[in-house]
Amino acid sequence: MRVLAAVSGGVDSAVAMARAVDAGHDVTAVHLALARNPASTRTGARGCCTLEDARDARRAADVVGVPFYVWDLADRFHTDVVEDFVAEYAAGRTPNPCLRCNEKIKFEAVLDRALALGFDAVVTGHHARLEDGVLRRSVDPAKDQSYVLAVLTRDQLARAMFPLGGSTKAEVRAEAAARGLSVADKPDSHDVCFVADGDTRGFLRRALGDRPGTLVDAESGAEVGRHDGAYGFTIGQRRGLGLDRPGGAPRYVLSIEPVAGTVTVGPGSLLDVGAVTGSRPVWTAGSPPAESFRCLAQLRAHARAVPAVATVGAGEVEVRLHEPVRGVATGQAVVLYDDDVVLGSATVAGTVPAGAPAAVPAGVEPAGAGTIGP
Amino acid sequence: MAYLDHAATTPMLPEAAEAVAAALLDTGNPSSLHAAGRKARRAVEESRERVAAAIGARPYEVVFTGGGTESDNLAVKGIYWARRAADPRRRRVLASAVEHHAVVDSVEWLVRHEGAEVSWLPVDRHGRVHPDTLRAALDDAGPDTVAMVSVMWANNEVGTVQPVAALAAVAAEHGVPFHTDAVQAVGVLPVDVAVAGVDALTLTGHKLGGPVGAGALVLGRDVDCAPLLHGGGQEREVRSGTVNTAAIVGLAVATETAVSARQETVARVSALRDELVAGVLAAVPDAVLSGDPVDRLPGNAHFAFPGCEGDSLLMLLDARGVECSTGSACSAGVAQPSHVLVAMGLDPEHARGSLRFSLGHSSCRADVAALLDALPGAVERSRRAVLAAGGARGGPVR
Repeated sequence: MRVLAAVSGGVDSAVAMARAVDAGHDVTAVHLALARNPASTRTGARGCCTLEDARDARRAADVVGVPFYVWDLADRFHTDVVEDFVAEYAAGRTPNPCLRCNEKIKFEAVLDRALALGFDAVVTGHHARLEDGVLRRSVDPAKDQSYVLAVLTRDQLARAMFPLGGSTKAEVRAEAAARGLSVADKPDSHDVCFVADGDTRGFLRRALGDRPGTLVDAESGAEVGRHDGAYGFTIGQRRGLGLDRPGGAPRYVLSIEPVAGTVTVGPGSLLDVGAVTGSRPVWTAGSPPAESFRCLAQLRAHARAVPAVATVGAGEVEVRLHEPVRGVATGQAVVLYDDDVVLGSATVAGTVPAGAPAAVPAGVEPAGAGTIGP
Repeated sequence: MAYLDHAATTPMLPEAAEAVAAALLDTGNPSSLHAAGRKARRAVEESRERVAAAIGARPYEVVFTGGGTESDNLAVKGIYWARRAADPRRRRVLASAVEHHAVVDSVEWLVRHEGAEVSWLPVDRHGRVHPDTLRAALDDAGPDTVAMVSVMWANNEVGTVQPVAALAAVAAEHGVPFHTDAVQAVGVLPVDVAVAGVDALTLTGHKLGGPVGAGALVLGRDVDCAPLLHGGGQEREVRSGTVNTAAIVGLAVATETAVSARQETVARVSALRDELVAGVLAAVPDAVLSGDPVDRLPGNAHFAFPGCEGDSLLMLLDARGVECSTGSACSAGVAQPSHVLVAMGLDPEHARGSLRFSLGHSSCRADVAALLDALPGAVERSRRAVLAAGGARGGPVR
């Protein structure tokens, strides 16, 4: 097959590219230039260390022996990922930009372009297993990235290759070293790539400006503080509220109302969520396994998945959690698994506190044997 | 492999490569006083005479540098500094809007850091600067305020040849030094420094069959130029640094060879180029040839392919063994809309669908045939990719 390898300059995508070559594919490497800095000069810095990453990616392609190009997707990335990130925070939600980037950039903009140019598939260094359209967790639970890939449709997955899912990160690094790839010991990337200094709140403040509002206590209804922008808060946040008193019960952000700028705080017990409503569900197999089914639900990258029952509605899915999950924000993804197999995902549109009455769906079918753990 | 990127760099002439290899094994710093030094110095001075003779300059006027970018930097910054030092009113630089980045970025650096002011000389739709435009700009600014003028001999992207002698005459009338970047011109156009009347001229080895890393700034005897590099005072005290004897020998051999074979090479290359242009227009009827249709570099063919992306075309042709250029590259490899095409009035979308094919002394008909074989399929796929992206490249699809 003619395969396009998306190489970031990191160790994972370099090894994935090399494995694609070993598998006999005709591989071409592209590095995606995603950051744009209107103030920069022609050759100037492009946000976060991209020039150095591009150089590392180019060297990896040299070593593997495949042609290398840079694709400039900075405008698409800005519109579909950065502006979306800002707009979601402005609306009081908590987006996952990595997931959005997979959905809109790597497996839409890049994949569509690759297919039009005559490629058959896109290979990336994501840690997840993909065989015959079945997306599963990586064998390395610490590095598993199935959560941020669960947003991909069946058609997108049909054109994706993830050669690293059967290896641990340590194995990938060892293989990179054995292959002579200089990125073997390059540190993992963390945080939001387009927030170069890691200061997400500062980034949002520059994008959104001051939007003052109040902190309100959930139990008393009293105003307990003021803030410069509700976007600076996330559900479940405790630190930085300035509300903890010696001997007093800790206070957490419970909800955010972006229009009035009201941030409601209260005790941790009110953070426990018993059910979520997910919008825009994507079913990995093309359709849900049943109208209602048992599964495991994961609500954050690297969070533990909890037993749940999902019920499919019109353009949405209700997920009733068998264990309360603390601090669920709208905008996050709920990803549904059957053991380690991804069933689908949806964007959290609403949450129901634990203990609140929820309709028990009738006729629940298990999605598979052994779905629900002890 | 069909190499159609001679404007980026052209294969070394065998006689130049042999001369470099031989000279590399000769020990001797041309600045040393002993016999080995004198031998090296002799090789450098003979090379200076050969280069000077090939382009109608006097040997003293040839200042060897590390290449075209250094020569352009030295001319723009050095002449600006010297002229401003002599008269602080001289702070304006006039340069064409289609200069190579070595000139553009040098001028912009002077603006940002040295209090310079710039007037970019507009070009017509073929990329040509008219002498009247220069005259108007000089009169507008007042000649007393102008430090220098820089207009390239021939454009590296679209191949348009500038009326250098006429432009230099206008600058001379106003008493302002005139620099020209002739990197693309020497060896393929009749470049004669004395006839053209230019005060400073940039040339480089690797565009005419010599090695990378050797070039020259031809600097008139009476043109003041402050040095960029300070040190041992080599090269007329304008360019310090141990003189690169072997590369300079290669530069001289290549310049002499290219210039003496010029008419034969140009006849062959321009015939091939015409074949390429006709073939491309037949294969892709809506392709548009950019640049001056007549007064252009003999090896240059620059096209806009409507509805295509230059960088995907380049990739698809590369996969078929056809090597060309989008005309503008930067260190990250991200294509920017070319300032040359924008200055010529092409809209940015049009500019993005552009490719440059450049022929040189080693080009043959098989190169052109390989391009014409691969091009239609590449254009079709590139168009599909643009449509897949929603029409406008990189634009929102929502």
